[in-house]
Amino acid sequence: MSPHRRLLLRLAALGVITVIVQIAAVSQITVLGVSADLTPLVVMAVGLLAGSLPGAVMGFAMGLFVDMALVQTLGVTSLLLMAVGYWSGRFRELRDPSHGLIPLAAGVAASAVTTIGFSVFQFLLGIDAPVSFLLVRQMLAVTLLGGLLSLPVYRLVLRIVGSSLRDDPRRRSRRRAPTGGLSPLSSSSRSRVRTSRP
Amino acid sequence: MYDKKVRRRRAVLGLLVGVSLILLTGYFSESSGGPLHSVQRGVLQGLSPIQEGASRALKPVRDLAGWFGDTFHAKSERDRLRKDNAALRREVVGAKAARAENDQLSRIVALDRTGGLGQLEPKTGRVIGRSPTLWYATIEVNRGSDDGVRADQPVVSGDGLVGKVTDVASSTSVVTLITDHTSGVSAKILDRAGDPGVVLPSVGDPGDLLVQTLPPHSRVAVGDQVVTAGTRNGHLESLFPPNIPIGTVSRVSPSELALSQQVHLRPSADLRHLDFVQILTRRPEGLRAQTP
Repeated sequence: MSPHRRLLLRLAALGVITVIVQIAAVSQITVLGVSADLTPLVVMAVGLLAGSLPGAVMGFAMGLFVDMALVQTLGVTSLLLMAVGYWSGRFRELRDPSHGLIPLAAGVAASAVTTIGFSVFQFLLGIDAPVSFLLVRQMLAVTLLGGLLSLPVYRLVLRIVGSSLRDDPRRRSRRRAPTGGLSPLSSSSRSRVRTSRP
Repeated sequence: MYDKKVRRRRAVLGLLVGVSLILLTGYFSESSGGPLHSVQRGVLQGLSPIQEGASRALKPVRDLAGWFGDTFHAKSERDRLRKDNAALRREVVGAKAARAENDQLSRIVALDRTGGLGQLEPKTGRVIGRSPTLWYATIEVNRGSDDGVRADQPVVSGDGLVGKVTDVASSTSVVTLITDHTSGVSAKILDRAGDPGVVLPSVGDPGDLLVQTLPPHSRVAVGDQVVTAGTRNGHLESLFPPNIPIGTVSRVSPSELALSQQVHLRPSADLRHLDFVQILTRRPEGLRAQTP
């Protein structure tokens, strides 16, 4: 099986399992008065690891699946998760971040975008609900919870799809890690090696 | 090559956005029996067994998370309940005190009605001080000369006679209880003969009173009620209106009765736990002298 197809299969399985686990378990666990949402975190992780196009496709597919499974208005979650996947992928393509806490910041942003975006869509679609302090507090709690879960989710996604990626971020980070190339000690040792050769 | 990649990415993105918007618009505008709704229901139907299985399989995970949540919730609940408990305890204490006061006041009102004390212009006062000695000799009441209180006026509670006023200030007065060694009350025993006597304190036992100067062949028995005589007994003019309960005969010793002409009496009024008393500020009409 080609690596491309293997990645596709793994991403599909990851998406389906994530949605089912989200609906069957995670949505029923309440922390700080709200439930965590794993779907934007998984999409964010796929975007950061695989790029903008896989991220956008993953977001669209997972969003569609969520809307189907939860009998919601089709297209809303797809649009939001697609934006999350695409922008996290673009962030990786443009900045190529290597800091270990990038998934945390991206997770907070993904959770915030999804929560706020979903609420905005609900208001636009005519859901008659007042903008209350409780709603704002719940949005903050979901965002905080997303931030807390983003690192473990990122690690899990990396473990599942990392070996199928063309550009493994672990190898990339190792490559980018400082090896002492700019250190005068290393340069002197290199020059010593060079000079010792005939 | 790069341009081709960018174009492809943009095309896919545009396609996805377009599909999303079409789905959104179509779903929102169609009726519940429309094709998108039907597809959704079909997916839901196919997905429900998987969801059910996953829900069962993941129940331990939910329970574990729920256990943590319940533990935190239980701690906050415990703290809240402790606060509630403390507040309720305070309320209960307040309610008990209010009920005790209400009981005392009700008994005072009942005594006023049945004993005809209402015409003696009773002034209800709260006990604001007690003598710290073991003998319960005096109490302090928040009624004074401004309220018409004068020295030697009788003081009763809902259960019976308490004592008399001995010192009066403008807003407070001191009541000497019937257990004080200076006290003496002309009384009669509600036995068959209605034997008269004088109620005196039993020195050394503030919970006990003595009825002395009983007739030699008195047939007083334990349980007989003793009330104020309201009469002149010898050279003592009674300050107290008649028929106010003083106590119940608690002990009758034949030898003591024969030698000292006395029996023991338990006070009707709980002199140790008085909260309200009434000072009878008007002397009863027709109180007349009577010799035994």
